[in-house]
Amino acid sequence: MAKKASSSTLQVSSTKSGLKKSLKRNIGFFFILPWLIGFLVFRLYPFISSLIYSFTDFQLFKGVSEVGLMNYEEIFASKKIMKAFNVTFKYAFITVPLKLVVSLFIAYILNFKIKGVNLFRTAYYIPSILGGSVAIAVLWKAVFRDDGLLNTALGFFGIAGPQWLSDPRYSLFIICLLRVWQFGSAMVIFLAALKNVPLDLYEAAAIDGAGKGRQFFNITLPLITPVVFYNLVTQLCQAFQEFNGPYIITQGGPRNSTTLISLLIYNSAFKTYEMGMASAMAWLMFIILTIFTAIAFISQKYWVYYSDDEGR
Amino acid sequence: MLYGKKRVFNTAIRYVILIAVGIIMIYPLLWMVSATFKSNNEIFSGIGLIPKKVTFDGYKNAMKNYGGDINIIKSMLNTYSYVIPKVVFTVISSVVTAYGFSRFQFRGRNFLFAVLISTLFLPQVVLNVPQYVMYNQFGWIDSKFYLPLIAPTLFASETYFVFMLIQFMRNISREMEEAAKIDGCNSVQILIKIICPMLKPAMVSCALFQFMWSSNDFMGPLLYVKTPTRYPASIFVKLSMDADTGFDWNRVLAVSLISIIPSLVVFFLSQKNFVEGISAGSIKG
Repeated sequence: MAKKASSSTLQVSSTKSGLKKSLKRNIGFFFILPWLIGFLVFRLYPFISSLIYSFTDFQLFKGVSEVGLMNYEEIFASKKIMKAFNVTFKYAFITVPLKLVVSLFIAYILNFKIKGVNLFRTAYYIPSILGGSVAIAVLWKAVFRDDGLLNTALGFFGIAGPQWLSDPRYSLFIICLLRVWQFGSAMVIFLAALKNVPLDLYEAAAIDGAGKGRQFFNITLPLITPVVFYNLVTQLCQAFQEFNGPYIITQGGPRNSTTLISLLIYNSAFKTYEMGMASAMAWLMFIILTIFTAIAFISQKYWVYYSDDEGR
Repeated sequence: MLYGKKRVFNTAIRYVILIAVGIIMIYPLLWMVSATFKSNNEIFSGIGLIPKKVTFDGYKNAMKNYGGDINIIKSMLNTYSYVIPKVVFTVISSVVTAYGFSRFQFRGRNFLFAVLISTLFLPQVVLNVPQYVMYNQFGWIDSKFYLPLIAPTLFASETYFVFMLIQFMRNISREMEEAAKIDGCNSVQILIKIICPMLKPAMVSCALFQFMWSSNDFMGPLLYVKTPTRYPASIFVKLSMDADTGFDWNRVLAVSLISIIPSLVVFFLSQKNFVEGISAGSIKG
């Protein structure tokens, strides 16, 4: 009704329809508006504030009294924090390559004509679904504690297993294993990619006399590098943020051997409420992660193969 | 002949590897189930799966209240009281956002799409501190309705799902939409009547992943839930482990196992969707 009334005057109708037109042209904007609001409030604002906090001595219940670079100076001077960064690197550089190799290897085997593929795939996938839960961290502790499942099993063979979780030489590796054990989702992604490698390429290579090993390194691997890249970047992001495993299983110990930087961030932010310090550590971690991601992206052109025909 | 023999050998090796890895993957879980029926003396005395003497003490003790008015069942109800809204809101808000990005041109679309993709790489660790400060100002810390956990999902905060849905939508043919447009459907009707039915498998995948991730989430409740009666299962399991480790393992393992039963059931009912969801979300186009 209102529409009809307004169209009686020519001028009004033209501006109205102009508005309506631009509304119609930009209707998509309204669909993404909730996301945009959420992005501004829950992502961008916190992102920028944490950068600002990092240059202050902001404490939750005391506020700010000093502004400057002191948090960053303290980080570089503190042996404890530097060690945590070091442990985080170690964690990432053990977990990520190991997980990628295991998941690709298993996917490669599953890609042969295997009876019961679905059964195997399910079995391998369950740990990735449940792995993030506290229940699995509890299980991990039961398996690797001094008289746990693993050492009981080793005992049958007359081997006295080490104290996996209370010896600093092994503890970090056990925490890494928890994530490597969850290789299922990376494997599913690899498997889907392997299925897309055209069979005729293998046949041609076999006629030329290339063995399975050479076929894998010269045909399969180059063709699935985009997926390797995807898995590499996502796993790297996850590894740098790992928190649950060390927090629940070892509380960062023994002797800080599993104190990842995320644990220190948590402690200073939510135990002592030193928000400024926590933000500085988080930002330093973010910058390092960004550098690694950037290296991965830039190096793409040297090792990631993108086929020309789209959607292959 | 030689070739045939080698082939049989290779196949055999493959199965040996697959079975060995399968045992590593599954044995700890099976052992966990059996350990909940063992007595505490028996649990670490052997690696077998069949209890010498079946006892339900673990489960009996698991049901007991702990540290006041919270027990495993109540904590699980707490968990699902925010997981279910999270799942529903995430699916709806992500579908709407994905629809906007994949079907419309508007000013700033490409820029905003780049922003959307970049948030995939934005680590939560950087956001935790200011988010906590912000929720504290809102009075949301320890909120009865788990607001810090639920509210962001109303705004498609988990961009991974938006991205996954956009990938799916790209593969849906637009003919039906064009036809519906000619028949006079507006864009909202098209979304509900045409897109959603075709997008159902992808929506199910999103719902399932969000269900699993939110049920497993530990950090969120650790930061934002303070009152013991409101603790979700993830916190409750952690607390009972801290309290009982060393002497009451069948109870701790029983509590842990009970806490993941809903996830296991959901997984077995919907395995296919997980596999499809992962492979479609990651790489296509």
